[in-house]
Amino acid sequence: MHRNPSRPLSPHLTIWRWGPHMFVSIANRVTGAGLATVGAAALVWWLAAAATGADAYATFVSWATSWIGIAIGVGLTWAFFFHLLAGIRHLVMDIGAGFELSVNKFWANMTILGSVVLTALFWFLILGVK
Amino acid sequence: MRMETPLGRVRGLGSARTGAHHWWLERLTSIAALVLFVWFIASILRLPSLSHGDVVGWLREPLAAVPMLLLIVTTFWHLKLGLQVILEDYVHEEGMKLFSIVLLNFFVISGAALAFFSVLKIAFGGDASNG
Repeated sequence: MHRNPSRPLSPHLTIWRWGPHMFVSIANRVTGAGLATVGAAALVWWLAAAATGADAYATFVSWATSWIGIAIGVGLTWAFFFHLLAGIRHLVMDIGAGFELSVNKFWANMTILGSVVLTALFWFLILGVK
Repeated sequence: MRMETPLGRVRGLGSARTGAHHWWLERLTSIAALVLFVWFIASILRLPSLSHGDVVGWLREPLAAVPMLLLIVTTFWHLKLGLQVILEDYVHEEGMKLFSIVLLNFFVISGAALAFFSVLKIAFGGDASNG
């Protein structure tokens, strides 16, 4: 990056008062990166293990049901539901809607709340089915 | 003196009209992934269990295998576009940026191929240990 140090910088991250829309914005990128790496690896492992056979699948299940596997699983499902809801919010904003300050803040908060509720619901149903 | 036209000097330095295409594909794959993942979550929750037999039996049905293959293509396409933007934003050195994006493409295509082949193998009944 070439910059003339004698020129002032435009206002950047540090000067703004923190709000839910800022958290949702950066968390969408962070959850996306997490899903794209850890989530994709877990999906590939699950499918490859299922295709390889019962023994390979048992190895996957023993990892997935260990405490670290469950911690990663819960983290991934939260990241998934967050990225999904934040993505829907972005699609709405892409058509030019939802930029009014109060509306924007409301749906940013709903994205955070919704991701937690959907994660809890998902694990409730998974554990209920088994 | 540089023997270049002004056009030659700027070529390759920007998105050169492909930025909107990248942006559009990211949205298109996100909508496809949204539909396919709602199907995937609903299917997972409706399975009697996540045992090997149940998962393999489910993926042998054409109406499970085909959406799963579409999900793999859509998801890996979408995550490739997303991770590329992150690399472009945070990796500033040109050589390292190119190298990391090449590496990203290799990883994405390898992962997608492995997942895709695994579903095909199950769908075509190639798993000998669970006939």
